Amino acid sequence: MTAEHLPTLGELALEVRSKNAGPFWVTMELFMRDAEGYALVADEEFLDEDVVARLYDLDPADILFFRIPELNVVKVSFPRPVAQGSLRDRDVHAGQHHVPLAALVPGRN
Amino acid sequence: MTSTHAPPEEVRILVPSGMLGGGFPAGTVERGLALGADVIAVDGGSTDSGPHYLGSATAKTSAAAVARDLRSLLRASATAGIPLVIGSCGTGGTDAGVDWVAGIVEGILREEDLALTVARIYSEQDAADLVAELDAGRIHPLAPQGPLDAATLESCTHIVGMMGAEPIMAALQAGADVVLAGRATDTAVIAAVPLMRGMPAGPTWHAAKIVECGGQCTTDPRSGGVFATIDAGGFTIEPLDPAVACTPTSVAAHMLYETVDPFQMREPAGTLQVREATYRALDERRVRVEGSRFEPAEQHTIKLEGARISGYATMSFSAIRDPDILGSIEDWAALLEQVLGARVRQTLGISPPEYEIDLRLYGYDAVLESIDPATGPPREVGVMLLVHAADQATATSVAKIANPLMLHLPTKDMAYLPSLAFAYSPAETERGPSYEFALHHVVDVDSPTGMFRTHLPEGASR
Repeated sequence: MTAEHLPTLGELALEVRSKNAGPFWVTMELFMRDAEGYALVADEEFLDEDVVARLYDLDPADILFFRIPELNVVKVSFPRPVAQGSLRDRDVHAGQHHVPLAALVPGRN
Repeated sequence: MTSTHAPPEEVRILVPSGMLGGGFPAGTVERGLALGADVIAVDGGSTDSGPHYLGSATAKTSAAAVARDLRSLLRASATAGIPLVIGSCGTGGTDAGVDWVAGIVEGILREEDLALTVARIYSEQDAADLVAELDAGRIHPLAPQGPLDAATLESCTHIVGMMGAEPIMAALQAGADVVLAGRATDTAVIAAVPLMRGMPAGPTWHAAKIVECGGQCTTDPRSGGVFATIDAGGFTIEPLDPAVACTPTSVAAHMLYETVDPFQMREPAGTLQVREATYRALDERRVRVEGSRFEPAEQHTIKLEGARISGYATMSFSAIRDPDILGSIEDWAALLEQVLGARVRQTLGISPPEYEIDLRLYGYDAVLESIDPATGPPREVGVMLLVHAADQATATSVAKIANPLMLHLPTKDMAYLPSLAFAYSPAETERGPSYEFALHHVVDVDSPTGMFRTHLPEGASR
């Protein structure tokens, strides 16, 4: 018998996305399907500044959280770790940085 | 409040797309005109594609794509007798960007025999003037940036101030039919006409934010244009594509897009507050928004953007398919960096930071590096070497020294020299100057129009 497959946030959400918010910030959104999904990601025991700091190698004090029940959305913003367009910037629009967040598995992490 | 007043005056805005040159489906503009548009507004730029466009004062869009959109919009402006407002011309909003768009506009007006008065609003700033403002304590950093020094201002190839609605309103009041603005907030381009005609600031700025990316606020972001109707009590929004809808969720969610904070947004003249805003479906494809507020700021501020040359880059790209190398790809990359460093020291006599390299393993971990949640050996890897140096010749010399390694470097325990797959020949591509954003600051101003210079043709009424 194989282990039960626990869904990732990417599988549970309508969409998980990331993008520049100007040249010096990154912002990410978890669009959940309903209030139940929202409750899962809005739960600070599951997802908070410390978890995002660990996933993205950041200082938790730099991370802004917005929990928006009307939209079933949790939004997270933080200063861009690498300057946009600089030698070591490998994601100019920061559009692929949602992946570590989307890979989180509720009930396991 | 009673409901016995006459219907309030409205201002109706046609936004054909999120970006000039992005294209929009046939019929978009015609539908907007049929709905009674009072103004056509579209954004022509952004910092989102990186510092190159501001730093080099060149556009991301092609002249052909900009001309295609402009021809349709200029015809509509002339036919309906309504203004056309374009912001952040030429991507970066530099003076050259404004002149580039103006040149395309002039050509179309001539070809189409249209008599429209065109205003250009220049937003580029002189570093020496800003140093004086800095010395007077009138320039302040925005998070996460620190304080500014004069040398940083002087190092920029181009600096622009981001205008609010006021310079655009002034140009329209001076007789412009078409306003080609330098760097402007995405929202100012849309807000100028409704503010000028007395619409309340809260709904106006909120509507402007919702429609600034065109179809992004609809159920089909690829659909193209949107149409906003602003009145004394709020605003109504609908897509221009009849097959597409705006829903309370699609509209409200647009406040999240590319914003740090979804509930408030600073403009030069104050702050839009939408925490109390309500979103209600009027029917299957129109949404009514009420309750947005605008808090005027005590101090009008203009945001500065500046870019400077950080060096010159040369790129080389090879690829690996051999499973023996892919099995120890990190060791192979570390060995390449080590051997390259030694060879550069030996032949050019330089070491980092006299040059810098970024070795990216596409197909393995190039995009996310250490934060990538996935593991496991890749099927193939594209090896991109970026070399950065103070001049192009040095960057290319380092890349050429790397060439035999990108072709033949074995892993430590390989008894033979592999030959890897260069993607093209010659392997080295000179990328020219690299730019970086150097400013994220605001300057306190006494006049919202003082930093901007408006040019109208002679004979335009004032």
